[in-house]
Amino acid sequence: MKRTTRRHVLGGLAAGVAAPAILRSTRAYAQSPTLKVGFVTPSTGPLAGFAEADDYILEGLRVHFAGGVENNGKSYQIEIIKKDSQSNPNRAAEVAAELILDDEVDIITAAATPDTTNPVADQAEINEIPCITTDAPWQPYFFGRGGNPAEGFAYTYHFFWGLEDIIANFTGLWNDAGVAKKVGGLFPNDADGNAWGHPELGLPTPLAGQGFELTDPGRYQPLTDDFSNYISAFKDAGVEIVTGVMIPPDFGTFWSQAAQQGFNPKVATVGKALLFPSAIEALGDRGVGLSSEIWWSPNHPFTSSLTGTSAGDLANGYSSATGRPWTQPIGFKHALFEVVADVIGRAEDLEDADAVSAAIAATNISTIVGDVNWSAGPVPNVTKTPLVAGQWQDNGNGVELVITHNSQAPDIPVGGELQLLG
Amino acid sequence: MIEWTGAIVQGVLLGGLYALFAAGLSLIFGVMRLVNIAHGDLIILAAYMGLTTTVMLGVHPFLALLIVMPLMAGLGYALQRGVLNQTLGDDILPPLLVTFGLSVIIQNALLEFYTADPRKLPGGAVETASLDLGGITVGVLPLLTFGIAVAVIAGLQFVFYRTSLGRGFRAVSDNQDIAQLMGLNKAHVFGLAMALALAVVAIAGILLGMRTSFDPAIGGGRLIFGFEAVIIGGLGNLWGTLAGGVILGVAQTLGAKIDPGYQILAGHIAFLIVLAVRPNGLFPRVEH
Repeated sequence: MKRTTRRHVLGGLAAGVAAPAILRSTRAYAQSPTLKVGFVTPSTGPLAGFAEADDYILEGLRVHFAGGVENNGKSYQIEIIKKDSQSNPNRAAEVAAELILDDEVDIITAAATPDTTNPVADQAEINEIPCITTDAPWQPYFFGRGGNPAEGFAYTYHFFWGLEDIIANFTGLWNDAGVAKKVGGLFPNDADGNAWGHPELGLPTPLAGQGFELTDPGRYQPLTDDFSNYISAFKDAGVEIVTGVMIPPDFGTFWSQAAQQGFNPKVATVGKALLFPSAIEALGDRGVGLSSEIWWSPNHPFTSSLTGTSAGDLANGYSSATGRPWTQPIGFKHALFEVVADVIGRAEDLEDADAVSAAIAATNISTIVGDVNWSAGPVPNVTKTPLVAGQWQDNGNGVELVITHNSQAPDIPVGGELQLLG
Repeated sequence: MIEWTGAIVQGVLLGGLYALFAAGLSLIFGVMRLVNIAHGDLIILAAYMGLTTTVMLGVHPFLALLIVMPLMAGLGYALQRGVLNQTLGDDILPPLLVTFGLSVIIQNALLEFYTADPRKLPGGAVETASLDLGGITVGVLPLLTFGIAVAVIAGLQFVFYRTSLGRGFRAVSDNQDIAQLMGLNKAHVFGLAMALALAVVAIAGILLGMRTSFDPAIGGGRLIFGFEAVIIGGLGNLWGTLAGGVILGVAQTLGAKIDPGYQILAGHIAFLIVLAVRPNGLFPRVEH
């Protein structure tokens, strides 16, 4: 057995200290140059649930990237630098600037809600650094940053689904349910709530078009302690379907007050609040039967272009490594780096931000979350991945998110039928 | 008509919750002129302690109070004597900054131990049970919350005006130095006041945890309602705090009746009106 001696340690330390200086000055000529990828993510704060699988995904990728990625016959080492946005948009902009100016990353990435993606993308656009983001509906990403569909952005690209997919899935799910077409809307006074509740761009117009009668009493302030006025308005209107885009504590308050005041809808399909198994478990028995949008699941028939891992294996790997149930952002985190690796492999000149940006725009790969191809997006710089909808059902040893509606993406198999509440 | 009555009843019950948030604040401000920015986070800490107790022992959250209350009280005493007493003086800024720091520490420690998952205390049947009072449906849990709030305020009032401990509180509140000269150890009295305040925080935390789901970051948002209830009611007056909570709750539900967007705003407006008309609050502390 080889012992570690003082000399080894000192030698290693010296090499470690010297390495960054050497690499920085000679990257293009080194035997194995290093390419830096910045990654901004909300590791702490209210959005931390979106980021819980980051370390697992990054660890897997570091192992995979250990052999380097080939570009124009040269092997590049990839170094991923993760920074915490603390769920705060200002902080996200700050760490993005740090990554760009101090760490001098070549590509920057970000994920989890517009609060993370938008400030990072804005910093990247100003500093002319290629940027890839995901995990935020595209309307708040594109229009929230003042995007103009005729021009688009020069360096920043995004892949996820949009509000139109939510509407198609929710209405499809409700048509499957066969209940009265009376919908109660719970929209908070925040970026998501105002987008969803917007009279023309949000839910109201398409719902009316499909014969759904929407009761929308108005915008509530997030973290409110009382929903009794909503509940009485819904009761008066004979609402059988409840929808909205809520944070988990608000939905928790609403859901127990609804029971206390004898309001029992047949279907409750709510965005954001019901994404994570932990949020459903927190609701106890009353969490079973709630429905939600599904961006990704272990049953999606996709595999990683990078490792060949199937969606199911990625989710199981996470569960067995951490002892926690799979969550939807896992697939998108992995896909984000699939795209990064693909771009690094194809770029004509990795030293040139414009060449890297052109390589991102030309992306056309099948990832673990579906196809990513920016030439096929609804607006420039945006491409969409498939969205389905489903219900939290009790499978005997816990709750499980089952896909019950797939009209928007028929290649994703359904796992069961929608069951009515109560 | 019945709808407006319903909104008022719901508002009164909501006021009970706000009064519970506020009672601890009112108490420590009354005794030691300390504004505790970490109050909301301490409520969430208590909710998490309740969660750990219910999960480990398999008991109902109300029974968990038997463990969480003494724990929080002990924590309060240690906190006051170990940290906050060092900061109290003529300047009100140091305690403010220290409790602000405490708030950040508590949030991040909770995130580290419990992750960002939203959690809820399993209250069982009482969570969804309701009573029909002539057309107005009232949840049993909010009713219970209001009852507990009244009992807590009455209990605090009794301690304040009928016990030797309360005499100590009032003495240091009136004049710290003279109370010290009369043989009261003000460091100890302050510690006891904080212990009592955090015992009330434990009750508020458990009730909040049964009412809605909570996560480590949610505490700060609860602080503002507590402050407003205290100030509407009049600083240092316990029954005033209850009245302040009820006024705030009713203003909110009536505002929401007009438009849900006005819910929180209506509460803040009620608060501003009281501040403008009676800057000392509706029932300022009686001078002894």
